[in-house]
Amino acid sequence: MSSSKRNDAGNPRQSVSIAIVGSGGTGALTAGAMLLEAAGRVGLYGLMTRSVGPQIRGGEAAALLRFSAQPLACMGDSYDLLIAIDWRNADRFAAEIALTKDSVVIGDPRGGDMPEMVPESGARTAEIAMKALAKDIPGGRQNMIALGVAVGLLGLPEADLFAVIEKQLGKKGDEAVTASKAAIEVGLAEAAKLDHAVPLSVPSANAEKPERWMITGNEAAGMGAIRGGIRFAAAYPITPATEILEWLAPALTKVGGVLVQAEDELASINMVIGASFGGKPSLTATSGPGLALMIESLGLATAAEIPIVVVDVMRGGPSTGIPTKSEQSDLNIAIHGCHGDAPHLVLAPLSVGDCLFTTQWAAHLAEAMQAPAVVLSDQFLGQTRALIERPADVAFIAQRAAVTEAVNDYRRYALTAEAVSPMAIPGVAGGQYTADGLTHDEAGTPSSAAGHHEAQLDKRRDKIETFTYGDHWADIEGEGEVAVLTWGSLTGPAREAVARLAEDGIKARLVALRLIAPLQVEQLATALAGCKRVLVVEQTHSGQFYRYLRSMCDLPDEVRAFHRAGPLQIRPSEIDAQIREWRS
Amino acid sequence: MSKAQAVAYKQGDYKSKVKPIWCPGCGDYHVLISITRALAEIGVAPEDVAVISGIGCSSRIPAYTNCYGFHGVHGRSLALAAGLKVARPDLTVLITSGDGDGFSIGGNHFLHACRRNVDMTYIVMDNRVYGMTKGQPSPTTEPDWDSALSPGGTGLRPFHPLVIALASGANFVARTFSGDPNGTARVLVEAIRHPGFSFVEILSPCVTFRPDEKEWKNMVHTAPVEPTDDAARAARRIMTDDGFNLGVLYRGHRAPYQPEIGTASVDVADLEEAFLL
Repeated sequence: MSSSKRNDAGNPRQSVSIAIVGSGGTGALTAGAMLLEAAGRVGLYGLMTRSVGPQIRGGEAAALLRFSAQPLACMGDSYDLLIAIDWRNADRFAAEIALTKDSVVIGDPRGGDMPEMVPESGARTAEIAMKALAKDIPGGRQNMIALGVAVGLLGLPEADLFAVIEKQLGKKGDEAVTASKAAIEVGLAEAAKLDHAVPLSVPSANAEKPERWMITGNEAAGMGAIRGGIRFAAAYPITPATEILEWLAPALTKVGGVLVQAEDELASINMVIGASFGGKPSLTATSGPGLALMIESLGLATAAEIPIVVVDVMRGGPSTGIPTKSEQSDLNIAIHGCHGDAPHLVLAPLSVGDCLFTTQWAAHLAEAMQAPAVVLSDQFLGQTRALIERPADVAFIAQRAAVTEAVNDYRRYALTAEAVSPMAIPGVAGGQYTADGLTHDEAGTPSSAAGHHEAQLDKRRDKIETFTYGDHWADIEGEGEVAVLTWGSLTGPAREAVARLAEDGIKARLVALRLIAPLQVEQLATALAGCKRVLVVEQTHSGQFYRYLRSMCDLPDEVRAFHRAGPLQIRPSEIDAQIREWRS
Repeated sequence: MSKAQAVAYKQGDYKSKVKPIWCPGCGDYHVLISITRALAEIGVAPEDVAVISGIGCSSRIPAYTNCYGFHGVHGRSLALAAGLKVARPDLTVLITSGDGDGFSIGGNHFLHACRRNVDMTYIVMDNRVYGMTKGQPSPTTEPDWDSALSPGGTGLRPFHPLVIALASGANFVARTFSGDPNGTARVLVEAIRHPGFSFVEILSPCVTFRPDEKEWKNMVHTAPVEPTDDAARAARRIMTDDGFNLGVLYRGHRAPYQPEIGTASVDVADLEEAFLL
């Protein structure tokens, strides 16, 4: 988990970061995906995130990758290797691909003008005529040459890459496979001519290859939903959440569930409320603009005590913002968006793989408490494809306190010791009641009486605040008098920063919240006990998380808020530097 | 979960003990009677019926029935009902709405519910006014109807819900009058039994804010022709009638939207195969 060590060419590195860029249609993303899968076959860990513009065709595309023999939680600080299939529109992502004098940059001499950032960085450069070389190969494509160059410079086994090519292109026929392999061979030969290798410490070929999953956070959220017992989903497409729904559509059918495409987000959340009222654990997924539309009905699910899960894959906001890039700025609306006092659950996955666990846990919690749960993923977690270990099986599953046999004198909103009332499912004789967004009494009959209002508000608060959440509310690691306090996808950079500090003998704690609301105030105080300094880290312009913490609990005397808007994810080195600077 | 057909249900079995909040003389009282009468005629068990609504006078009906009910947010009842029916095709699903809830704030869902054609029955009590907020014009209000919110009238042309339903793909279209509860109940029986999305517009006077609508009882008349299965023909008739033509106006043959919810064909663990390298 250490930084990319700036060794001389020839010495393997702890991690390697690679960017393959090109204008839309050049196949940069395809090459990146194949490189990731080949690394996975070798037993490496890895991440691939995409940086794309809003255009469907003809924009810019960058495959951003990082590999290591150790699990990876985030992208690196800078790139060791940048391969530009062409330089068109490269200025649009220049800020996201940090280069240093140790970086290697490879471009096509006929690929347009190299952007200023390259000479400014002092990076070593080389030219490979990828387009011209590809033309000499029947069916050859320049992105496959780039892929060959990358594999050659990394020192990955050719056989593993060819296995990926056969798997991915086999359905297109032998010609496509042969052409790609030929192009890769050319790329490998070109790489061999360079003295700019960026070799990676690859696990020994003799070592037993561990089981590796290749998965995006959006797929992981879908898988977690199904593991957690979700069997109904309603969908309205929105970037960057759509893949959750597209993954769920066929998957739900296979496990006896169903997905319905709705006409808008107002409909999708109401469809899941209706299905859940009918007894089916239900979920929808969206991004900020969709969540804003759903908020009124999120309050309905709170008041009527209908369990639902809403996954919000956050993007830059407000308004349409930056649909294709990450930010954590839906925190406020997720916690505080509802009118009235409407306590509900807000959770956040802490890594790509954790999208599975957290969504599964959210389904379990929502059903257990008959309340809505919002899962705050984001574009980085959702659309990053990661090589991870298989997520552990956990017992959390949707289990609702339900009335399934005929009853008499049923009171849907009865005040009980644990504040959760058994829910009659339509079809059960004697259980008929009207679920209502109007203030109601224990039987569900509408009421505007002060006593009924307060009793039901208390009930809905108590069931959530007195629930025992166990250890999953946060990941707590390390020790010392300094703590990095963060949440969601910023956990990755924070975790790596704390590990780097530890390598230099600087003790620091990591406290990363998975359960955002209700805030576990006492547990957080325990986690921070003995801390003198707390650095609060988040990807928002205004410090939403910091303000939330300040409004809810006491923190140690010295607290600093370190935050900025997306899409430039806060890097491990920046957190590391904040802590070092603070100590001195 | 259907119950033995041997049980004979009475109209009273579908009524709850909750006292309606409606004004004396409101047309909606009769609609409640018609709904319970229709359900008794069909003989479905009260616990196998769900009545879904949004916000407004007409949307209060679920709590007045002895069925499962959902009184949700303004304008979204059709979506909530569709989710329920797709997830639970064994239930009989009714939606009760009004001209504001159904055609203004809920207008988009109306179009898509007709298009989607889920097997459920949409009952809209049209009184051409927002009653619960004390008298504002709705999408079916006459353009010159004076109110505090739109002095002198909106100047806007009211639209034809029945024609919109036909154009959007509703499978059954009818108009009834609340003052004829027996006639309305007969149409509701047919609407509930008809497969797919059935739309019944019930002219239901608001005696408080539209006292002029008390005259409707003298204006309504039975449609002079038989229902058609030709949507264009039905639309032409409705566009050219006087708005008080009652009866079943259209019966379509489109198959309802009901994605099959089968038993699981694979273990959850089998889905993981796709991620394994």
